[in-house]
This record gives sequence, structure tokens and C-alpha cells, in this order.
Amino acid sequence: MTTTPVVSVRDLRVYYGTPRGTVRAVDRVSLDIGEGEVLGLVGESGCGKSTLGRGILGLLPEGAASDGEVIYGGKNLVGMNPKELRRLRGPDLGLIFQEPMTRLNPVMRIEDHFREALEQHEPNLTDREIRTRSLETLGQMGIPPTRFRQYPHEFSGGMRQRIMIALALVLRPKLLVADEPTTSLDVIVEAQILGILSDLRRNFGTALLLITHNLGIVAEACDRVAVMYAGQIAEEGDARDVFGEPAHPYTRELLRSTISLETDELHSIPGAPPNLIDPPNGCRFHPRCPSAMEVCASRDPVEQTLDEGRRVLCWLHGPDELIPEGGRDELEREEIAVAEEA
Amino acid sequence: MARSMLWIGAGITLAFVLIALLAPVIAPYDFDTFRANGHRFPQLAAPSWDHLMGTNVQSTDVLSRIIWGAQTELKVVIVSMVFSIGVGVPLGLLSGYFGGWLDRVLVLLMDALLVFPFLLLAIVIAFLLSDRVGQGIFTAAIAITVVYVPLYFRVVRNHTISIREEPFVEAARALGARPFTVIRKYVFFNVVQNVPPLATLNAADAILTLAALGFLGYGIQPTDGAEWGYDINRAVSDAASGIWWTGLFPGLAIVLLVTGLTLLGEGLNETINPVLRKRPKVKVDMSQPTSGTEPESR
Amino acid sequence: MPLDDVLVSIRGLKTYYSIRGSFASRIIGREAGHVRAVDDVSLELHRGEVLGLVGESGSGKTTLGRTILGLVAATEGSVQFEGREITKMNERELRRLRREMQVVFQDPHASLNPAMTVQQLVEHPLQIHKVGTRAERRSRVAETLSIVGLDPPEQFMEKYPADLSGGQKQRVVIARAIILNPVLLVADEPVSMLDMSVRAKILELMLYLKRQLNLTYLYITHDLATAKFFCDRIAILYLGRIVEIGPSEAIYADPKHPYTRALLRAIPNPDPRHAVPRDLPPGEVPDAARPPLGCSFHPRCPLAFEVCGWETRDLRDLLEARWAMQAQEDYEAEQALMGDLGALDEPASHVRLKAGSGRTGAEVVALLESIREKSPDAPFWKGIRQIAADGQFAELEWHEPIAPRPLDQGDTTVECHLYDEEALAEADRRRAEVTAVGV
Repeated sequence: MTTTPVVSVRDLRVYYGTPRGTVRAVDRVSLDIGEGEVLGLVGESGCGKSTLGRGILGLLPEGAASDGEVIYGGKNLVGMNPKELRRLRGPDLGLIFQEPMTRLNPVMRIEDHFREALEQHEPNLTDREIRTRSLETLGQMGIPPTRFRQYPHEFSGGMRQRIMIALALVLRPKLLVADEPTTSLDVIVEAQILGILSDLRRNFGTALLLITHNLGIVAEACDRVAVMYAGQIAEEGDARDVFGEPAHPYTRELLRSTISLETDELHSIPGAPPNLIDPPNGCRFHPRCPSAMEVCASRDPVEQTLDEGRRVLCWLHGPDELIPEGGRDELEREEIAVAEEA
Repeated sequence: MARSMLWIGAGITLAFVLIALLAPVIAPYDFDTFRANGHRFPQLAAPSWDHLMGTNVQSTDVLSRIIWGAQTELKVVIVSMVFSIGVGVPLGLLSGYFGGWLDRVLVLLMDALLVFPFLLLAIVIAFLLSDRVGQGIFTAAIAITVVYVPLYFRVVRNHTISIREEPFVEAARALGARPFTVIRKYVFFNVVQNVPPLATLNAADAILTLAALGFLGYGIQPTDGAEWGYDINRAVSDAASGIWWTGLFPGLAIVLLVTGLTLLGEGLNETINPVLRKRPKVKVDMSQPTSGTEPESR
Repeated sequence: MPLDDVLVSIRGLKTYYSIRGSFASRIIGREAGHVRAVDDVSLELHRGEVLGLVGESGSGKTTLGRTILGLVAATEGSVQFEGREITKMNERELRRLRREMQVVFQDPHASLNPAMTVQQLVEHPLQIHKVGTRAERRSRVAETLSIVGLDPPEQFMEKYPADLSGGQKQRVVIARAIILNPVLLVADEPVSMLDMSVRAKILELMLYLKRQLNLTYLYITHDLATAKFFCDRIAILYLGRIVEIGPSEAIYADPKHPYTRALLRAIPNPDPRHAVPRDLPPGEVPDAARPPLGCSFHPRCPLAFEVCGWETRDLRDLLEARWAMQAQEDYEAEQALMGDLGALDEPASHVRLKAGSGRTGAEVVALLESIREKSPDAPFWKGIRQIAADGQFAELEWHEPIAPRPLDQGDTTVECHLYDEEALAEADRRRAEVTAVGV
């Protein structure tokens, strides 16, 4: 990657305490997000995608602990005091949620939402400047100025999501984390919003971490993709490369199980993502992996870097010197019962 | 916090229940006994070894009246709770599920009862019933029931309306279930969990209402049973002459039982209602290794 | 296909919901109007086929499914199930019918009563319809759970929905739906709440059950990708109407309606050669209480022309879209000139617009003409019959709308003027008329 990263994540861990044990939702993740880059984060539900996104922004619920580094502007956000972190959220780091209606205050006009956000972070703006900035950002999202003084309920779902994006972008953040931003929207509106998000770089210079379970969305809107499984990054690299030629069996199986217009045969991955309180030994995907080898069940895979900065966490790519004799033999195991998968 | 409230409340409540149940065994005298072994008890005697909480103006033993009073309270509260739940919950279910004119009429009726000053309402009911059934436990219980039916009705009805919109209720309809089956098997169980905390809180309130009725003279007849509110009424004139024990002990009993029930109710509420409930904090151990084996190079 | 093969026959079906408007109109008790959730739909469902009802939210697909099930009352028209008229049935007759038609809802979590065990949930339909003894019912439940892949059943029967994964819950829902041996299964977005890796399994299960139990499916979805795989025939719905219906192969190989084409283009595709499609229809599905005049899709249609139903609200959309892109000063200047746009809220093919205070109709006309010059081929301008200034007013007239009608195009039936010779001829006539007069 050529650009300097906006955010560098190193060895990030986010654990939740539950009565049944510690959930290792994010377990030693390292990741760079370049300036103006759109990075997709995909995986099944329960793999820690959302937790990673929130962990990067320091927005963790009570009862969670994090450790490692999230470097933004030379500072580590992990362990930063909440007041300082809050000052960064908005003008530097933004977040867009799945359900836009719940994030807009129903008794506040759109204008007031923008006024509040701008006044809080840029107190020196005049009324006129606030209006100009807000209308400009809304216009780029396709919201006409005539609707500036309306209330959230007067807008459709897609428009509300556009307003939410505009509300995040009006502060010109360096990084935006979007957690399933289009999941509750219709196909055409979804495609419209994705178009807007993938143009962020050109229009705002904002980097985007796009969290989704839909691989089609990543393939279309993202420059790079990180595939997450059981709290770890299984594979990361250029979106075209990763989807064109997946290096990790999990990526490959996910792609095969995605139903698209080209699908002529249904395919699915047996089993379900593991419980993150007590994940499987060795490679966490090995119980479901059709390519699993003997070594996968006993030793943690070591991250390998392939061509063009592609990283993959899978024994199939070595390193050979760490694989014991016979380690490449096909893994023998019990069939996964249908009952355990769905 | 919720847990300690729950346990303290449950402890106090249980103590009163035990006292009430064991009244015949532990009470030194009957609630209206004023003589024993051929001797009349002294009037307004200060607490002593003979009478641990003293005696009142009618020469009865205060401690015995407190203990028998607990039994009266318990009877009235139980009867009134059974009646108000028995009436309020089914009406709320029907009104919420079917809606329409039935709902409108019932809501209007219940709201009318709700805005009526509750004590006045209870007095009116007690007054009306006293002619027919006398001023016993049953009358007091009915008077209190009327006050609390609208509360159960409201809570159950509102909850039913939201449950009615749940997809699983529509799914049940799509299965071909009759409305009453849907209410019984699908709505009831999801609504009824709100009732225990409400019932406990209402029980605390009911004790105060009963005491107020007794204090005003519309409660249980002194010949029918001991009642703390009545005792406090009789003790009002004593207080002026420095006789504190006749009023203090029944008052303390009321305060203690009401506090116990309130704590129990709030505790139940917070334990059952997930919105109020905070996730228990569990310490997160970050030191454990990532997996069974440590990566060898990093 | 022979007539006795028709399982469900729908003729001219309309399902309207009345809506209550503002606070004031609610106090007066006046109804604000109707949402035409299903607006004149006719179709046939053949025994043993999988018919897909595809559309976005607000297309009426779910309401159509519910009307067929008798869960929602039809406003007009007929729904016949095996020759029996459903719209005339009372609650009791409908309840008896439920043995034959069952439904699987979108959200498996919400459609299971959290207070019942799997055993109770799946057994309940048998209890409702008084089938078998306790022991018989229990073994039937176990058998059905095995069929849907919850095997061994003992492992699941005593569990509560909260203890199951999303896919397992949907299997329970399906088990409950098939335990009465229904003929028709309405599946309303059965996989859209599930993870990608689970969707295939549930769809496979449904296909397996269809073969095993001779089921007929009505598959309601917004997802053309799963529909392509799953359905024999597909009906595309837009604002309560079927805009295109035909065999799956025909719909996917040669989509006729511009809306179908847009839907197909919008599907995200994991193939790395695909990019986000840029030529998408603007806007969203309009309010079904006040549908556009003429063809409902015309405001978003790239191919719409003279007769498609251009009107006041389209002008408003045009101006607003323009203003959204403009610098604030330009927008404010133009808005001052246009004055109050309230006159454009009432759907009509003719409007007298009052210019902003101190401005003239001629200025408004000049602005509109300058907008037209920038993109003279935009569909909106085809719809204009006449623009004229009249003192303070600008007068606009659009071509009279023609409602589209279903047209047979090979295997598919499509509701679009592009395929209607008469509408095309009428458009030509009107175009010639406008050119002759000159605008």
C-alpha cells in the first residue's frame, strides 16, 4: 500500500466478560486503513466484525476490555481517556449505524441535528456557515435544500440513511466506520448508497471501514477487503485479488455460498462459527474447513504475506519449516451433524 | 444492588408471613383479650415483662394485637390481590387483544376508577358493602380490590397490545388458532411476567390503604380482628399524654412491612425486567493466551 | 396448462388499507385516504410450482401473500383456493383452511413464541386442529423435526427458541408449517434474515420438502438472486401492481420492464469484475397512498415518454434534484423566483404556478427553458405539452396520462407502454402536435 495509514491497528484484542466466561470477540487483529481508502470487513455474524469496528473507535460497551494499539494521528486510542476520545469522535472518527431512524431524534428538525453537531465541534462557525456547510453536504447525498427544515419521520428509509451519512461527513472525519449501513434498505436504494460511500474518497477524502456480511457489496464498493473469522483476520488484501483468487479456504467457501445471479448450484459451509469463549485449537476454521490438514488442528496458523501485500492466516501457505512431518496429511474428523450447522 | 434489595425485602416479608401464620402459637394473648387468670390487664400500662409492648386503653396487649394484626393484613392483602389480579388480568388481555368497542368501554371505565381518589373510592365501596356483608376482612379486601383492578388492567392491556403485534401471534393465527387459544398460549405467558413485581408493590400500597381505612373507621370492625390502622387511630389521644407505645408499635409494623414489600417488588422488577437490569460485571482476563498454542513468530 | 392444475386463482384483487392522517383530521374522524397495497392483481398459482413475488418494500408483496392466506381482508376481487372463494369466508371457515395453506415468516426469532419449547411449538398446529392422540402427536413432531434436519429430534424438543441459532429457528418454523401436510406454503422472505452461509441450506431444505411433500410455494422476496435459483415463475411487483410476470428463465434472460432491469442491475455481485452500478433509477418507491399518475414507475424510469403520466410532482422532484447539486446562492435565487411550490403537491397534469413575489411568470418560464436546454432529452421534458407565461403565473400542461395495461410478450406479460403499439402511436401523434405548435 502506498498511502500512509489513517489508522493503524496492531495486535488489538477486545474481550467481553460474560457469566459463562470471557468472549474473545477480537483476538490479535492488525490492520491498516489508508487515507481515503474503502476497506471492507466481511464475515459471518458472530465473528467479531462489529466489535472490531467499535473497538477501533473506542466505543465499547461496559464489561469489555481492550488491549493493543489503535494508532490515530500518532496517538494510541486504546486506553485513551474518554474525554479526549469523545473530542475525536465526530471531527476525526465517525460512525454510521444500520438502523438510521433510531439514531435521529424524532422531535428535532434535520437542520437542528446539523447545527448541534457543528456547534459542538466547531464553535466558531457563523449561522450562515453552518447552513452552507450542511446544505452542501446534504446536497452531495442527494437531499434537496427544500427539506432542510423537515423532521426525520418525513423522510424515507434511504433518505434517512443519506442524512445520517451527511451528518457524519459534515464534520469532515478522516475515518468513517459504517456498520451494515444498507442492510435494512431496498436493493436499488442500497446500490445508490453504496455508490455514495464508494465515492467518499473523491468527494471528502474520508477513509471508510465498511462492515457487512454481503460479499457482493464489498466486491463492488471496496478497494481492499479483510475477511474476519472467529475474532481474527483470515485474509486481507486487494478486493479484486481476494475475490478473484481467494487464498484462505474460508474466503473461498464464503464466496461459494453467496447466492448471486450467476449461482447455478447451492453451496454452504458446514457447521457454524465457533463459540468465542472457547474457540477450537489450532486454526479456528479447521473444523469446518474442507482443506484442513493435520497441522491445522494442533498449531495456530502463522500469518503469511503473499504477493501485493496480501496477508493470509492459513497453513496451506506455510511456512513449511513450521509444519511438522505428516502435518500436511488430510485431517481426519467426524462429520458435522446437520443439526449443528444452521 | 437489585439482588440485595430483593433479599432484604423477601426476608422482611417472610418474617411477617411467619408471624401471621404462627400467630396462635407466638402471640401471648388473643387480640381482644383484656383479662387473664381472673385479672383484668392494667389500662395503658408501659412496656414491661408482663406486656412487652405495653397495653392500650382497652387493656389489651399491644404485642398480641401487632401479631394478630399481621395475620389480618396478610388475609386482606391476599384476598384483594387474588381478586384484583383475577379481574384485572383477564380484562386487560381481552381488551388489549380484541380492541374495538370492548376496549374503549373498559378503558373508559378503568380510567374513571383510576382518576377517582383511591381512598375515597375504597371508603365508598366499604360503606356500600358494610350494609350487606358487614365490616369484615372480605369487605375491606373488596374495597381495596376495586382500587387496584385498573392498575393490573392497564399494565396487562398495554403489554397485550404490543404482544399482539408480534409476528409469533400472527404466526399462531396463520396456524388456525382460535383467538382464545392465541391469548392463552401466546399472549398470556409473555404478559404475565409483569404481574409479580406489580403485585408486590401493590401489596405494599394495599397495606397502607387498609391502614388508612382502619384509621378512618371504615376498615375491619374491632371485634372481627386486630388491625394496625385502627390501633393507631385509638392511640392518637394517648400520644398527647406521653403514652408512646400504643401508637409507635403498630406504626413501626406498618412501616417495616411496607418497606419490606416495596424492596421485594423493586427487586423483582429489576431482576425480571431486562431494561432495568444491568449486565452483571464480569472481570475480563486479558492475560490468557490467544489459543491453545502460542504463535511462534509474530 | 390444464384448468384443474390451478391451485390458487386471483382475479382483480385489491387490498387497501385506510390511513388516518394528521392529528386534526383524526379528531374530526375523517379518513385521510387509502394505501393501495395491492392494486388490481390477477394471477394463477399452479399446483407444484414455485411462484416468486419479487419487489421492494412498499410493493405490496407481503400484503398480497397475507390476502391469499386470508390474514388480511381483501377490498375487492377474488381469491380462489382449489375453487373455494377465500375472500367470502368467515373466521371459522378460514381456520379450517389453515390446514391446507401455511406460512413461513421472515424473522424466525420473532415468529416463535419465546415461552414455548420446540416440542410445544411444532405440536401446536396438531392440537389446534385436533389431530391424533398425545403420543401420536409427539412422534409426529419428532418425525417432522428429523425431516427438517433437526436430528436427532430429542436433542431439540425440550429447547426454547432462545437456545437455537437463526437457521435452526427457521427449521423449527418450517417444521411447524409442514406438520399439517399443507398443499400451499407461503414463504415470506424466509432467508433474508439469515447469514449468507445458512441461506443455501434453508433453500435446499425447502426444495427438498417441496419434492417430498408435493408442496406448492409462493416465495415472497426482495432478492432476485435467490428467486432466480428458487422459482419456476416470477412476478415483479411495483406499488401494488404486477409489472412483469413470466417464467424465471425468460425474466432473467430478457427482462422487459425497465423496473425489472433496474432491480437486476442493482443486485450486489461478488464477482470482482462488477462495479457499483451507476445508472440506477433515482429516488425510492413512492407513497402508495398517493401513487404517481399513469405508470407508477414513470418518475424513476429512464425510458419513460409522453404518455407515461408526467405531472406536477415530477416538476418538484426535478427542481429539488437540481437544487441539491447547486451552490447555496444559486439555489436561493432560484427558489425565490419559483416562489411557493405548494401548488405542485396536488397530483395533476396541469398547473398554474405563481412566481415569487415581485417576479413574473415569464422569468419562471425562462428558468424552466434554461433547465431544459441542459438536458433536452431527459424523459421529463417529453411529458411537457405546453409551458406559457401569464402575468404573474407560469402555466404548465403535461400530456394526458394513459394507464399501462398488461401485454403478452412471448412467455412474459408486462405492463409497460414501451410494448404497447397504441400507446407508442399516441405518443408519436402528440409529439408531432407539440412540434407543430411549437413550445
